[in-house]
Amino acid sequence: MKARITVTLKNGVLDPQGKAIEHALSGLGFDGVGQVRQGKVFDIELTGTNKAKAEADLKAMCDKLLANTVIENYAVEIA
Amino acid sequence: MKSAVVLLPGLNRDRDMIAALTKISGHAPATVWQTDTEIPDVDLIAIPGGFSFGDYLRCGAIAARMPVMRAVAEKAAKGVTVIGVCNGFQILVEAGLLPGALMRNSSLKFVCRQVKLEIANANTMFTRGYQPGQIIRSPVAHHDGNYFADPETLARLEGEGQVVFRYAEGTNPNGSINDIAGIVNDKGNVLGLMPHPENLIEAAHGGNDGRALFESALGIAA
Repeated sequence: MKARITVTLKNGVLDPQGKAIEHALSGLGFDGVGQVRQGKVFDIELTGTNKAKAEADLKAMCDKLLANTVIENYAVEIA
Repeated sequence: MKSAVVLLPGLNRDRDMIAALTKISGHAPATVWQTDTEIPDVDLIAIPGGFSFGDYLRCGAIAARMPVMRAVAEKAAKGVTVIGVCNGFQILVEAGLLPGALMRNSSLKFVCRQVKLEIANANTMFTRGYQPGQIIRSPVAHHDGNYFADPETLARLEGEGQVVFRYAEGTNPNGSINDIAGIVNDKGNVLGLMPHPENLIEAAHGGNDGRALFESALGIAA
């Protein structure tokens, strides 16, 4: 089983890296770029086959390590 | 006063911290390694600065989940004094021993310079050797010192006097909210700060503005 976890900054948390990327895209001549927010993606291979257990485990992984829930949200997708 | 210094791979200010504690307390601190599950009977535990685990994932995130940090949390709950400097602050925040988060500097640049700090609360065990509102100098060296907390947490920190150090006179090097440079927990026995007071404790450093912090925490200052 393969899973993808996406970690993004919560709304209201300033993202200076996203801002710098936004300016760089404009500098490259891309018109019409609005706000850019950057984040992280984790691709995780799981050996089990129980999807419900995997989902619970992945959420626990996010809460305990992969995301800092003070400033970040996460989304779990299982392929 | 007995002290201990936490060692983790990637820290690089550990020797500075050990030297400062040795010079100020008169005794060499014990050292505890990341996998240690017990910390000796000490009055003060210091987590030094550096780049534990290469700052992978988030600064301090992996260090905060090592066994030694469970031992630090147990000691902190029993009232032992804990100081985290720079990466040590990031580790304390990631471990949940202090509220909020430390994000990338708003300039996106690593800052290595001297800043001015205001003693925002001189009525803590870490700052009783300073005067209220006193401005001291301190070096900073970090890439992720931009303190953030949600509005409720921030209001609580400000209301309860948990903001202990603030960047003064326009020297905020990282975009930190309310110019916050250092905070204590609600019990007042755990301090985290981004500046490096251990690097300004004697004439050879060009000043001793940081010395009173350690004297206060070690019970040497009045």
